[in-house]
Amino acid sequence: MTVFIIRRILQSVVVLFVMSFLVFSSVNLVGDPVEMMVSDEADQAERDRVIKSMGLDKPWYTQYGLFVVNAFKGDLGNSFVYGEPALQIIVARMPATFELALVSLFMSVVIGIPLGVWAGLFPDKISSKIVMSGSILGFSLPTFWVGLMMIMVFAVMLGWLPSTGRGDTVEILGIDVSFLSADGLSHLFLPALNLALFNTSLVIRLTRAGVREAVHQDYIKFARAKGLSNTRVIMVHLMKNIMIPVVTVLGLEFGGLIAFSVVTETVFAWPGMGKLIIDSIQSLDRPIIVAYLMIIVFVFVIINLVVDVLYSILDPRVRLQDVSS
Amino acid sequence: MTDAAHTLEVRNLKTHFFTKAGVAKAVDGVSFTVGKGEVMGLVGESGSGKSVTGFSIIGLVDPPGEVVSGEVLYNGKNLVGLPDEEMRDLRGNRIAMIFQDPMMTLNPVLRVDTQMVETIKAHDSSVSETEAIQRCRDALGQVGIPAPEERLKSYPHQFSGGMRQRVAIAIALLNKPDLIIADEPTTALDVTIQGQILYEAQKLCSETGTSMIWITHDLAVVAGLADKICVMYGGRIVEQGEISEVLDHPVHPYTRGLLGSVPGHGTRGKRLFQIPGMAPSLLNLPQGCAFQARCPRADEACNIEPEISSPVAGREIRCCHPHLDPSEEVTA
Amino acid sequence: MSEQMTQTAPPADVQPLAKVQTPLQRFASDYFENKIAAGALFVLIGIIFIAIFAPLISPQDPYDLSSVSVLDSKMPPGSQHFDGWTFYLGTDGAGRDLLSAIFYGLRISLGVGIVSGVIALVIGAAIGMIAAYFGSWVDTLIMRIVDIQLSFPTILVALILLALLGKGVDKIIIALVIVQWAYYARTVRASALVERGKEYIEAATCLALPQKRIMFRHMFPNCLPPLIVVATLQTASAISLEATLSFLGVGLPVSEPSLGLLISNGFDYMLSGRFWISFFPGIALLITIVSINLVGDQLRDVLNPRLQK
Repeated sequence: MTVFIIRRILQSVVVLFVMSFLVFSSVNLVGDPVEMMVSDEADQAERDRVIKSMGLDKPWYTQYGLFVVNAFKGDLGNSFVYGEPALQIIVARMPATFELALVSLFMSVVIGIPLGVWAGLFPDKISSKIVMSGSILGFSLPTFWVGLMMIMVFAVMLGWLPSTGRGDTVEILGIDVSFLSADGLSHLFLPALNLALFNTSLVIRLTRAGVREAVHQDYIKFARAKGLSNTRVIMVHLMKNIMIPVVTVLGLEFGGLIAFSVVTETVFAWPGMGKLIIDSIQSLDRPIIVAYLMIIVFVFVIINLVVDVLYSILDPRVRLQDVSS
Repeated sequence: MTDAAHTLEVRNLKTHFFTKAGVAKAVDGVSFTVGKGEVMGLVGESGSGKSVTGFSIIGLVDPPGEVVSGEVLYNGKNLVGLPDEEMRDLRGNRIAMIFQDPMMTLNPVLRVDTQMVETIKAHDSSVSETEAIQRCRDALGQVGIPAPEERLKSYPHQFSGGMRQRVAIAIALLNKPDLIIADEPTTALDVTIQGQILYEAQKLCSETGTSMIWITHDLAVVAGLADKICVMYGGRIVEQGEISEVLDHPVHPYTRGLLGSVPGHGTRGKRLFQIPGMAPSLLNLPQGCAFQARCPRADEACNIEPEISSPVAGREIRCCHPHLDPSEEVTA
Repeated sequence: MSEQMTQTAPPADVQPLAKVQTPLQRFASDYFENKIAAGALFVLIGIIFIAIFAPLISPQDPYDLSSVSVLDSKMPPGSQHFDGWTFYLGTDGAGRDLLSAIFYGLRISLGVGIVSGVIALVIGAAIGMIAAYFGSWVDTLIMRIVDIQLSFPTILVALILLALLGKGVDKIIIALVIVQWAYYARTVRASALVERGKEYIEAATCLALPQKRIMFRHMFPNCLPPLIVVATLQTASAISLEATLSFLGVGLPVSEPSLGLLISNGFDYMLSGRFWISFFPGIALLITIVSINLVGDQLRDVLNPRLQK
């Protein structure tokens, strides 16, 4: 098991380096790298100074090396707009985005899995057909539009929930979280639900497909032949088998949630990384864009690693095979 | 004729599948009895309805199939139409089943001890964990699995095919059932393993007095194992009787054909015999006797479905032209 | 409960009665079995019709400045134009008839989605075929690239590409193509690999037919069914992505207003209760995407050999 983890960590490190190289080269190949690092109003003397200070007169491998070294030191350049180190600005906004993504994930699991299991066990019931039609709507509806309509209905027309922004936060372990206060929750609810929409539909369809396939397997029939109660057959035998693909997809989808939060954060003015990147693209704040990319790559690599490890924990066939090899 | 001494009595069982393409009469009027400690071999080719018979007895026929008529009397009580709760009480407890492919009958993500203990606890929740494990260990030992302690903590994929099937048998035995239905349990295994398992199954039945229905397509398997044999064709039993008598003096042309097609010393160098034609589709069974298309003795009389008759003592057949001459050699 | 829980196949020998139908007839009858998908298909055809003939059927050309007056702006659905006809869906912030704006917007949304889809399909399919046909290191290399690309969320890739490329219809199409090709490549490669193992390819190779001919005349037609399904679903997703990008302000420029931009324009008026400016374009977008998805879903069920009895 440890061999497996070590091997995956090494693979992840390799991927990180490859991706950092890709980011670095794309930033430097597309467009003038000086333009990337300097604001548009700078004059020639300023540009020359930047060229020298950034080492752009040096060969590309030295530049890449400097980039990596700086990255390790946590220096990914300073934002044009805020004037502060880009990395710090992004990290300051990470908790908001992560909180949104985690709550969304939680919602999609809690809503999606039971519905999917139901639809899979009783595919001919009307309720199941409604659930499946709902799921098609769920991933067809453009998230941003649904968000707008939610604000329209719940905030403007009904006035039940606030329309934008993040509520009061409480600090735990140095991180600000908003789900621990009532006000925070009321602000968190709509955006999280909005973000969860697509994912929930995916989870419903996946769970249903998994259940439909598993239910025909011999081991389910054998479990019934042993006289086990239907509850046990479903909750233990069935669930453990479909959990494996579902968890894998969910883990990978978490990365998608973080990425897609750019939309939800824009609609609901949620102060996370997503809103920052959109604003930065609009204002051409290039260091932020670069730093954001690097962080996203890093987060994704970690997520992939965690999912792989989780998968091997859940599926004994994978885990035990590895030990013998 | 009701006889409470029989563990199982099946009367005129009919199980049909209602599909888009028509009605498949998988089991169409099957009757037999299994006594206490008796091993009955249910023999037939694929599509003859033998597996469905087994599922009908234990109540695991899923839609689009259903048991349309007939009775399955277990110790005098009719299982057909029994409410699900009561059926569940019996399954795995008084009537157990073993399936064909051990690879997929055990849940790959659950440990063996989990799968064994749950069978015990499902029927008697008062059993303690330690006692349950003890019983599991004993059951594994009974089927000849070495180092049962270790094996209990393993997962199914860590076992070989033969071992997995032994585990399945052990699970069937856990609650000391009165009847075990074995659906082609050795078909997927090597011949040598097959032999071992057959021997152990026979030993167990005679030791514990458990009745068994052994479903197979392989005559050789039942020859050494069973006390009586039922031959199925096209959803009906065409011949049944005591094993050595049926094998030595088969009366129905199909049984004769089956026996004749087994290669042996006598057929060496000669062309192997085959029953001509193919088994009929259960959707399109012919009028009258199901075997007439392939029977060398068929004529117009066969268009009327033959009733069950008993031309020889202790034998029941469905045939218009049985081979009644005992001195006739079993050839094509 | 146990009876309802499972459906098992009837025993080995069950053969359905043979039907005599051409493959196309069979496909059509299978497809139309699902009434909802049939309805979706008709709706989709209607939408495409509207998109093509938008200039002919719109009450107003919303981009002809002379016919638009700012005095009409922000009027609710059902109000009257001074010429006598009705603004069925109201007007937007600049006084444009929303119904007409939606028709024109459909044109652009569908156009961009389909064009980028077609280009991505051609490129992706070619690459997928090449990977499958040549195998070994070519295949590994291509699939590695595909895997890496697919492991990143499309929205992010699109955002970054547009940040680097800037605005414009051609840039959007390029970004959408780059985001989509990998999916097509993977699908085509998978079915091409299956085909490659089949004997008719071996036969063609023995006949020393040129590789290009084998690939495109022999292998490709058999890879079409899953490709059609993927193309349908991907187009829906491309349209949705373009709308999202336009809404975020990094998509199409104002001169080519797709439905996403219309919705974005309406964002500002929402808090004051003028919901229709965002609502109706959204409904149009929704109907388009849902119909495409329903059609794609049914196509997938019909064309899937595993589900055929």
